[in-house]
Amino acid sequence: MFSALRQNPGLQKYCDSLKFALYCMSHPLDGFWDLTHEKRGTYAAANTILLATLIVRIMKLRYTSFIFLQVYWEDLNIFVYLASILLPLALWVVGNWALTTLFDGKGKLGQVYIATCYGLTPYPLVQFFLMIFSNFVTTEEAEFYTVMSALTLIYAAILIITAMGQIHEYSGGKNLLFTVATIFAMLVMVFILMLFFSMISQGVAYFISLGRELLFRI
Amino acid sequence: MKAKIIRISALIMSILFVALIPMTVKAEESSYTYIYDYWGDVQDSPDLYTCSKVFTSSDLGLDVKLKNPQSLYIKNEKLYICDSGNNRIIECERTSSTTIEVIRIVDSFTGGDGPTTFSNPTDIAISDEGEFFIADQGNARILKLNSNLEYMFEFTKPNDNTLDKDLVFQPKKLVIDTAGRVYATASGINKGLIKYEADGTFSGFVGATPVTFDWTDYLWKKFATQAQRAQMESFVPTEYDNLYMDQEGFIYVCTGAPEDIDLKKGEADAIRKLNLMGNDILVRNGEWNIIGDLYMGAGGGYDGHSYLTDITVLDNDIYVCLDKNRGRVFGYDDQGNMVFAFAGIGNMDGYFRSPISIEHSGYDLFILDPLDCAITLMMPTEYGALVYQAIDQFDNGMYTESGETWEKVMNVNGNYDLAYIGIGRSLLRQKKYHEAMEYFELKYDDENYSKAYKQYRKEWVEDNIVAIVVIILAIFLIPMTIGKIKAVKQEIDTDSFFTRGY
Repeated sequence: MFSALRQNPGLQKYCDSLKFALYCMSHPLDGFWDLTHEKRGTYAAANTILLATLIVRIMKLRYTSFIFLQVYWEDLNIFVYLASILLPLALWVVGNWALTTLFDGKGKLGQVYIATCYGLTPYPLVQFFLMIFSNFVTTEEAEFYTVMSALTLIYAAILIITAMGQIHEYSGGKNLLFTVATIFAMLVMVFILMLFFSMISQGVAYFISLGRELLFRI
Repeated sequence: MKAKIIRISALIMSILFVALIPMTVKAEESSYTYIYDYWGDVQDSPDLYTCSKVFTSSDLGLDVKLKNPQSLYIKNEKLYICDSGNNRIIECERTSSTTIEVIRIVDSFTGGDGPTTFSNPTDIAISDEGEFFIADQGNARILKLNSNLEYMFEFTKPNDNTLDKDLVFQPKKLVIDTAGRVYATASGINKGLIKYEADGTFSGFVGATPVTFDWTDYLWKKFATQAQRAQMESFVPTEYDNLYMDQEGFIYVCTGAPEDIDLKKGEADAIRKLNLMGNDILVRNGEWNIIGDLYMGAGGGYDGHSYLTDITVLDNDIYVCLDKNRGRVFGYDDQGNMVFAFAGIGNMDGYFRSPISIEHSGYDLFILDPLDCAITLMMPTEYGALVYQAIDQFDNGMYTESGETWEKVMNVNGNYDLAYIGIGRSLLRQKKYHEAMEYFELKYDDENYSKAYKQYRKEWVEDNIVAIVVIILAIFLIPMTIGKIKAVKQEIDTDSFFTRGY
């Protein structure tokens, strides 16, 4: 039965594409080119990496040493905490696709998503071991942790930016320009969302005050 | 049918009504004593101090009632009240723990060139020889009288070129050191404490507060006209409100009103501890700034931030600050951790309206309120005594006993961070590192935790060095051996000697 599972082409494809994330990590230019052009990446693997990122992020709350991370559990909302990854990710993917599609970007929305998720790979991989490592250090050795932790994020950011360049077939300068433009697009989207929510709440408040006024009159 | 409709509509209405009324905000009634925990949350606490007695004018048996008293001073079980409004000083003696008797009323002295009465005396200090040092504000002098109330000499306006010639010298508060030097504050002088030598000569200013300003304000000033600039606040050091000399000769000063901007930035230092050079050497290792209440919201008779107006330092280096604005008393230990906070604005015993002066005798606190014209005596409860005992035991090197006492404190108040850290520190001294780590981790004390963990890690490595070496060797050797065996096997399998026959 096990061998039958191993023979399953779907599973094999999934495992290969997941392994390919490691290749992308070490060979970003080549890896991210093949990711879309050779169709080495899959949604399943991208989702797995994203899921691993989220799980590691939650695990960090509990298992990182209190020297580095003090959690005020009373105020913690796990969904808001997860949204701190998911929302920027969604904004980035949509914003990047919406912009690049107007400027000769070759990547599709799905490919932008897959590439971004693949770019996140260092986060679960490194942060997981850092989380365990954090329990074996004192405040004097805390620098190791903070530097490594910062490096992971920088690494992931570099990977994502390279990935965008490769899937859209952009030159280096154009890629950087569109990275900045995407960040700007994200801000615009946040602004519009906030505007939308505040208008809705104003509208709701209007009807509530109308109802209240009615009650006072009757 | 109609009744039913009415009933249903009434029901709907009432549901709507309940749903639409804004939630009334109920101020949570917090206990008399409280403490800020690691997160800055208010944690109710059992009382460390209770009000034992409130002494009013009639309790003291005074014919003329107290009028705007400004200061308290305690020396050798004798209590001195500066009854500023009546231009006199009242000398009392503490006859038992809760009784005070007036010994004499000082309203004049003999000798000297100027007036022989006081005018608005604002502070007093007594030397070991019984000499009186009185800040005689209305007469622009600090008097030195001997114990028989005879004039010795006076300290006058500092002879300093930087001072405004027209400034009237108005001494406010003073302390004396063992050598008879006087440190004083005065209205309108913000260069620090005025220091006089024992012979009455002015010798300089000590410990001015550093000037703080916002760079946006600075920029505005650059572009403002002369008239606009005059309207703006100038960047000057703040005046000290009060001062206290502890038994080691360090001067604690309070700048009651830190600037709001400093409070917001977390840079406010309402309390400073000055050494002889005038440098601030206060230890600020606590989680929160030493600014009294962390929350400055208005409501329930409170408004604005704490105004620390007076300070007294207990013998175990715990300093107790008095908050004029919020009527509270805050105690901090020598590391800057809050030990207690209690009281508030009110008319009940143990509450204040606008307290101005605090003094201690042993662990008992005397608090003077010029609006109530009353002195409140606060004495430690059993719990308070336990906390002090634990701190004293640790300071005296009795670590095991201190841990046991903190244990008792923790049993009374499980929300007391200092108890956990105290137990942890005691365990650390007893070399029980792993247990100590647990206590430090509970209260997020990373410095102490690291100390304990470092030792624990060292011990662990020493105990398990054999296993560690074996494992490391195994990690290297096993793959190597496997490789070797495989290579040999390969050699054997492919060797022509064995394959020849086939």
